[in-house]
Amino acid sequence: METAPKPGKDVPPKKDKLQTKRKKPRRYWEEETVPTTAGASPGPPRNKKNRELRPQRPKNAYILKKSRISKKPQVPKKPREWKNPESQRGLSGAQDPFPGPAPVPVEVVQKFCGIDKSRKLPHSKAKTRSRLEVAEAEEEETSIKAARSELLLAEEPGFLEGEDGEDTAKICQADIVEAVDIASAAKHFDLNLRQFGPYRLNYSRTGRHLAFGGRRGHVAALDWVTKKLMCEINVMEAVRDIRFLHSEALPAVAQNRWLHIYDNQGIELHCIRRCDRVTRLEFLPFHFLLATASETGFLTYLDVSVGKIVAALNARAGRLDVMSQNPYNAVIHLGHSNGTVSLWSPAMKEPLAKILCHRGGVRAVAVDSTGTYMATSGLDHQLKIFDLRGTYQPLSTRTLPHGAGHLAFSQRGLLVAGMGDVVNIWAGQGKASPPSLEQPYLTHRLSGPVHGLQFCPFEDVLGVGHTGGITSMLVPGAGEPNFDGLESNPYRSRKQRQEWEVKALLEKVPAELICLDPRALAKVDVISLEQGKKEQIERLGYDPQAKAPFQPKPKQKGRSSTASLVKRKRKVMDEEHRDKVRQSLQQQHHKEAKAKPTGARPSALDRFVR
Amino acid sequence: MKVKMLSRNPDNYVRETKLDLQRVPRNYDPALHPFEVPREYIRALNATKLERVFAKPFLASLDGHRDGVNCLAKHPEKLATVLSGACDGEVRIWNLTQRNCIRTIQAHEGFVRGICTRFCGTSFFTVGDDKTVKQWKMDGPGYGDEEEPLHTILGKTFLLGSCASDRNIVLYDMRQATPLKKVILDMRTNTICWNPMEAFIFTAANEDYNLYTFDMRALDTPVMVHMDHVSAVLDVDYSPTGKEFVSASFDKSIRIFPVDKSRSREVYHTKRMQHVICVKWTSDSKYIMCGSDEMNIRLWKANASEKLGVLTSREKAAKDYNQKLKEKFQHYPHIKRIARHRHLPKSIYSQIQEQRIMKEARRRKEVNRIKHSKPGSVPLVSEKKKHVVAVVK
Repeated sequence: METAPKPGKDVPPKKDKLQTKRKKPRRYWEEETVPTTAGASPGPPRNKKNRELRPQRPKNAYILKKSRISKKPQVPKKPREWKNPESQRGLSGAQDPFPGPAPVPVEVVQKFCGIDKSRKLPHSKAKTRSRLEVAEAEEEETSIKAARSELLLAEEPGFLEGEDGEDTAKICQADIVEAVDIASAAKHFDLNLRQFGPYRLNYSRTGRHLAFGGRRGHVAALDWVTKKLMCEINVMEAVRDIRFLHSEALPAVAQNRWLHIYDNQGIELHCIRRCDRVTRLEFLPFHFLLATASETGFLTYLDVSVGKIVAALNARAGRLDVMSQNPYNAVIHLGHSNGTVSLWSPAMKEPLAKILCHRGGVRAVAVDSTGTYMATSGLDHQLKIFDLRGTYQPLSTRTLPHGAGHLAFSQRGLLVAGMGDVVNIWAGQGKASPPSLEQPYLTHRLSGPVHGLQFCPFEDVLGVGHTGGITSMLVPGAGEPNFDGLESNPYRSRKQRQEWEVKALLEKVPAELICLDPRALAKVDVISLEQGKKEQIERLGYDPQAKAPFQPKPKQKGRSSTASLVKRKRKVMDEEHRDKVRQSLQQQHHKEAKAKPTGARPSALDRFVR
Repeated sequence: MKVKMLSRNPDNYVRETKLDLQRVPRNYDPALHPFEVPREYIRALNATKLERVFAKPFLASLDGHRDGVNCLAKHPEKLATVLSGACDGEVRIWNLTQRNCIRTIQAHEGFVRGICTRFCGTSFFTVGDDKTVKQWKMDGPGYGDEEEPLHTILGKTFLLGSCASDRNIVLYDMRQATPLKKVILDMRTNTICWNPMEAFIFTAANEDYNLYTFDMRALDTPVMVHMDHVSAVLDVDYSPTGKEFVSASFDKSIRIFPVDKSRSREVYHTKRMQHVICVKWTSDSKYIMCGSDEMNIRLWKANASEKLGVLTSREKAAKDYNQKLKEKFQHYPHIKRIARHRHLPKSIYSQIQEQRIMKEARRRKEVNRIKHSKPGSVPLVSEKKKHVVAVVK
């Protein structure tokens, strides 16, 4: 299964030719690569010290074009190429049974490698191309190193397997709690809060704190791991949604009339009157934007770091109450009653895309953490999974007995649907594949209809808000086992949180950069480049980068007479002319091929078509 | 059933005592680090802005000469010692760390035209307007006389480059004592300087506001024409890394150019600094000293926003990261605009505008001439070839 991409092999083929043309001079300290014959004696035992002192000769595959001002060639330092196994004998004569660098699984390297080698840039000069090649080689080497560093990850994800064909969906929570260690068993709890209405809940970004709000005004925030209550208040108004802002210090509550922001001690900090009758809230953590969907049909983006409304977009689709964010590119997905899902960015007044998903209204939308799959459920009792990167086509469909009103994805790609008072969880094969909707992975019945669902980040726990209160369910294999301490660290101290907050504010991405492809900033703006070139040619009167007309080099021994110079020039000119003619013929062929299928019915005007 | 839940032992994630470091486990999975490109872009923007905030290059001004400073020389072994010759014949030896003058010698009766030190550092030579070349001991008082009536700049060991007032640069071979090649430019060259890292490259500071970098092996075209000054360029010196050089000009500024680019990366000026006559880059490639008409020698940082002194390892890591970010995103329009922005004195700024208009006018006329004449009759001469008149072997 594991193939070893040997570090010396990622040489582009063109350079290979160059390499074979120029033979490297053999240095006296370098070994011969020709292996000794089978019967011959191994020779005098080589001193270990000699081998270690041998200098690393970087493979000079990236021979840059020699410029007058010779720059230091940016040859990346390659790992030591593995030598002939027969030369690796130690003092005792023993041989290394695993010669060469340790193999790295290709899929892991693919995960880290971000280069798309198929794209070619137009008008690239030799200098740019050589720099690009060096940069690409460096990136490949870095991705191999990053793939190797995966060995250092300490935790393993959870799992649940039935034995002898047992259906995991029939396993109940009580069984799991019994079978699991005491610390994990404590993560399963039920808060019976029947008095204040159906609850909606939200976990903070680190997964350590939980905030929930009941329909009749009960708002509370606590550290659910240690069960320490931070605040508990009644806001004396209907609570429609609750979200944590960037940290556990600031929950935002969408109340009946306006949007309120509280401190984690329960003190009201802000009342934002411009966001009225909000039904749903979403927080974009890297842009510090709070997106609100309201009954009036407006999608409003509020920048919580400076306190300004960045954009108030009229979605023109009536009441908005289905909203979800795509964590990969910070695009907001709104579900409408005509079965479409529209994608919004604060930079544009019109939706970025509209996808027709269901035959009735859309009741729930969820996007997975890598932004590859979108799950939607509608009034037609269907649950569909769409492919968001590329085709926007449905990958799988499932008819449910009862329509799913709430959907959520976990960090490892598990999908949960809340249908009435039952939750169903579906799992996929691995992290990269979509959840398979054939058989649910786990099911659970709650004491009331479901009103809110969220997987806890970095834990194997699902939080459900229903009419009876809050339930925390155990779902083995849901959470990402290894967190990154510098991004979201559930065990951070106060000082670490302060430092993280400052750094996050400093690198806050402006709202104008939100678009469907978050890597769009790294791409070359080809249109502006070509426009600039055209303007430059106009201004200067000639093209400074055009190939200079061919000047034959002066040669000795009578080969530089006028006749031979003219002959050489003619040769090159004819070659170029032939290339041009060939290209124009190809273009004509393409045009004809394109024009042909329009022959629906022959008409009298066809003779004028070119 | 087989079940395992993800459960972390807090002992592995929380530190034991207050005196320990905090534990920070890392996971480089790109799914945990979204928005990589926009965040890096914002960090690069912040780094560029901070670079401009911390750009305070002026360090010190050495006062003491009673007439304009005409030439500077470095001590080959001591970084902190600098020699300067003034227009009234006075030679002073300075200590840069204490910023004071250690020794004063009345060397000549007119201008001190040139100083240079011997490679061993025990003595130095001065050339004066009173037709003498004198040799002095570095340490104590004393002098002797020697005759050598040539205006020269010592370059490579066997090769000598000189510039003369008939607009040419001559290369001499010392072993055979013969001139090798000569290149004639449009206007007179004031100084040349050899690249310490690439032995065949030298840069000539010319009167026509430009600097020309030549490759000794092919003198017919300069490798690069450096255009940014608005008045005659009087002196040039290379950095010991061989990647940049500094030029002093009659417009009251000094500019730092990279060797492979035709535009300067940095310009230093002060209200008090008048025409800069000589400039030197110290041997540790960190500081630049310039001597000017108003009797002062000024000390500048080569990298304007560099923090001097010993840096902790975290500071070094942060500095390297910011440097790499700035390099990676240098072509983005907002970042380029901020990185390029320099405040210029009004005289230089208005001169630049005027010269740009004149250049545009000349180019427009050239283009029109080409458009309205028989194709091929008016040849297109590249900017580099325009300034070289002839090469004589």
